[in-house]
Amino acid sequence: MLTILFDGVAYGMLLFILASGLAVTLGLMNFVNLAHGAFAMAGGYVTVVLMQRYDVPFVATLPFAFLVPAAIGAVLERTIYRPMYAKSHLDQVLFSIGLVFMVVAAVDYVMGSQQQLIRLPAWLQGRFDIAGIGIGRYRSFVIAICIVLTIALQYVLVRTRFGSRLRAAVDDQQVARGLGVNVGVIFSLTFAVGSGLAGLGGALGVEMLGLDPTFPLKFMIYFLIVVTVGGRSSLIGPFTAALLIGIVDVAGKYYVPQLGAFLIYALMVAVLFLRPQGLFAVAR
Amino acid sequence: MTAPALQTIGLVKRFGGIVATNDVSLTIERGARHALIGPNGAGKTTLVNQLTGVLKPSEGRILLEGRDITTAKPEARVRLGMSRTFQINQLFQSMTALDMLLLVLCEQRNLGLKLWQKLDKSGDLAREAAAIAERFRLDDVIGEPIATLPYGKQRQLEIAAAFAARPRVLLLDEPAAGVPEAERRDLLATVADLPADVSVLLIEHDMDLVFRFATRITVLVNGTVITEGTPAAIATDPAVRAAYLGESLDA
Amino acid sequence: MTMALDTPRPALTDLVGKTLSRRRRWKLGEVVFWGLTAAAPFMLPRGMLLLNEVAILALFALSLDLILGFAGIVSLGHAAFLGAGAYAAGLFALHVNADPLTGLVVAVLAAALLGFLTSFLVLRGTDLTRLMVTLGVALLLFELANSFSTITGGADGLQGISMGPLLGLFPFDLQGRTAYLYSLSVLFVLFLAARRMMASPFGLSLRAIRDNPLRASATGVAINGRIVMVYTIAAAYAGAAGALMAQTTQFVSLDVLEFHRSADLMLVVIIGGAGWLYGGIIGAILFKVLQDAISLATPQYWQFWIGLLLVVFVLGGREILHDLLARSRAALAKRISRRAP
Repeated sequence: MLTILFDGVAYGMLLFILASGLAVTLGLMNFVNLAHGAFAMAGGYVTVVLMQRYDVPFVATLPFAFLVPAAIGAVLERTIYRPMYAKSHLDQVLFSIGLVFMVVAAVDYVMGSQQQLIRLPAWLQGRFDIAGIGIGRYRSFVIAICIVLTIALQYVLVRTRFGSRLRAAVDDQQVARGLGVNVGVIFSLTFAVGSGLAGLGGALGVEMLGLDPTFPLKFMIYFLIVVTVGGRSSLIGPFTAALLIGIVDVAGKYYVPQLGAFLIYALMVAVLFLRPQGLFAVAR
Repeated sequence: MTAPALQTIGLVKRFGGIVATNDVSLTIERGARHALIGPNGAGKTTLVNQLTGVLKPSEGRILLEGRDITTAKPEARVRLGMSRTFQINQLFQSMTALDMLLLVLCEQRNLGLKLWQKLDKSGDLAREAAAIAERFRLDDVIGEPIATLPYGKQRQLEIAAAFAARPRVLLLDEPAAGVPEAERRDLLATVADLPADVSVLLIEHDMDLVFRFATRITVLVNGTVITEGTPAAIATDPAVRAAYLGESLDA
Repeated sequence: MTMALDTPRPALTDLVGKTLSRRRRWKLGEVVFWGLTAAAPFMLPRGMLLLNEVAILALFALSLDLILGFAGIVSLGHAAFLGAGAYAAGLFALHVNADPLTGLVVAVLAAALLGFLTSFLVLRGTDLTRLMVTLGVALLLFELANSFSTITGGADGLQGISMGPLLGLFPFDLQGRTAYLYSLSVLFVLFLAARRMMASPFGLSLRAIRDNPLRASATGVAINGRIVMVYTIAAAYAGAAGALMAQTTQFVSLDVLEFHRSADLMLVVIIGGAGWLYGGIIGAILFKVLQDAISLATPQYWQFWIGLLLVVFVLGGREILHDLLARSRAALAKRISRRAP
């Protein structure tokens, strides 16, 4: 029972890291990027390829799982994403679904459609007992990394100059430009970091979520749920929503496996019906 | 004794800590030519939005011909006999002027849920659309897409669409705002020609229009009614002068 | 009343009346188009199966056009209604009665009921919430169909459907001739109904809601009621498409509820242009022809090209395409006017 709770928390934390980039681009920049999962998948494949083909240890692949998707994100933001900011949500949706379809087919072509497996180092395998509760080593590792990242993210957004500039740029681009904020660079950087975090989440998730070319489609809805249900005005909302979803999903799949993801979707539809602005949205 | 056309009793609207409408009690008599004036930010639009049901008042009541409409939906108020124009054009950009008039006429006749109705076989719809187009000097552009109409014609259509709903109370929200001088005369003439049995509340910034049109004027400042009276009385009221002087200094 | 005293110039009334009846009249292009669809079995006797798919996709796209093109409601989960119709028709044929038309009616009613119930979810909110909610509903149905495999056949699909002859006279043949003519007839009848509805006061009010909800309600339009109505109708149309799919292929798989159905459908409607009823049909023809051509070359990676098409389309292809259309229309008009004395 408590093990399930623990697994749920680990899953939720991972979801939050995966979705945090989307929480910023969708929540703050109001840009719908359904292709967010593609960056996560990129991170996952970076880790897989480094480990399988070049024998790089798992932990050492993680920085690359961040950097490669971040670089891809920065390039794509500069080239094709930027013209999308001003378009309607419908256009953004069509555009990013198009990207997802392309990525799914392309990765299938290059990497094959099979599930990718990695061998975790011995010190991350197995579980240990605390007061009779079985705790997975790897899940503890994931939770630890996610907590550090979450705190860092919150700190950057709220406490640093970069964070205040980003918030200014989001609130009113004209005014921010007038104040000497380079809005273009801020957005590129934000997009890149969001993509990088997704990549890192994807790498961490290979063991927990699995990895195959349909990853962006399979988890797209989860990321969106985290952000839309969490509300788009802060990071606290998506964080709480991610934990909630992680726990409900793990518990649901354990106790009523025949329902599959039904519970999560029902939860989302209900929340959006009752509170279209999200569960934790603050009225502005 | 018949009830007034439109009446508000102790209307209050708060946004967070800000009081945008402060205890406004207003009476529009039947057949009135009543103007509501006030400097920018006086809360005129907030008041109109409560009268028409876009905003819900925090306190107070709104009566249309004696009937309480405080919580009625915007479309219900139209059915009950009150319609409005918008300060900033709110037209159906993909339609022609004719379509927009037809839409209002159909809704007015409760045809809106008739999925099978043919527009050209709906009684005197065509005749009435033509009559309204003529009255508001839209007859020469009736088949044109709204998006391509000159601004003055679009303002005329704003009023024509509100008028087509056959209101007994008509709210005109700055009808002449932004209309170039050449088209302004036409517009003022159509406003002056509105049938006498339609009670009109004119919300206006343009003093020239107000004093030419209104027989009664209410002055709103900071959400509060500071005075009400005939044009002559308002013109000489020191409090009104102070309010407007303050504004011109700000501007 | 004052209005009754207003008598407009008779010429103006006449002009308005003529405009209205001219609009309702059939254009030459329309007649030619439907004539061609009816003649297709003779021109393309080997393409019946593909044509049947086109007709069904066109009906499905017509359904999305009703809510997206006319009422401005975005949806990423329109497959929910296609699936509802397909499973309803399949189960009905399997367990109750194999008559196609009865099954069609049952499927339409089932999908309409689902549309009515879920319409309340799209009343409020922004485009984004609507996209999410519709997507969520479709995913819910997918999970349900997957879980209740004793009823739906789960991942194996609903097998063993065997349809009776159409009207008791025409059995479904292997070449797909009956199937195509059946699907085409249903498409045509529902198209006629849609054409009439969209030209009615109801259709006018939908366009008003799409253009400007604020003004629509200030004009007396009760927006929620209209949305419930059009959403239910659109769901019924999609249900009919689902029923045709189940009946003419005699098989229903979970695939009818997949996300890519809804996403592809968006592309279909957007290619042809939303909001004029023919957009979905033209889009369906282009889409299917394209799909057929590409999947001959690379069957596995067809999705890649669909994706590319979407990306290019949004990035600027749409403007170019519509510009091209407008220019060729202008050139045509010029040629015609030159020929006139």
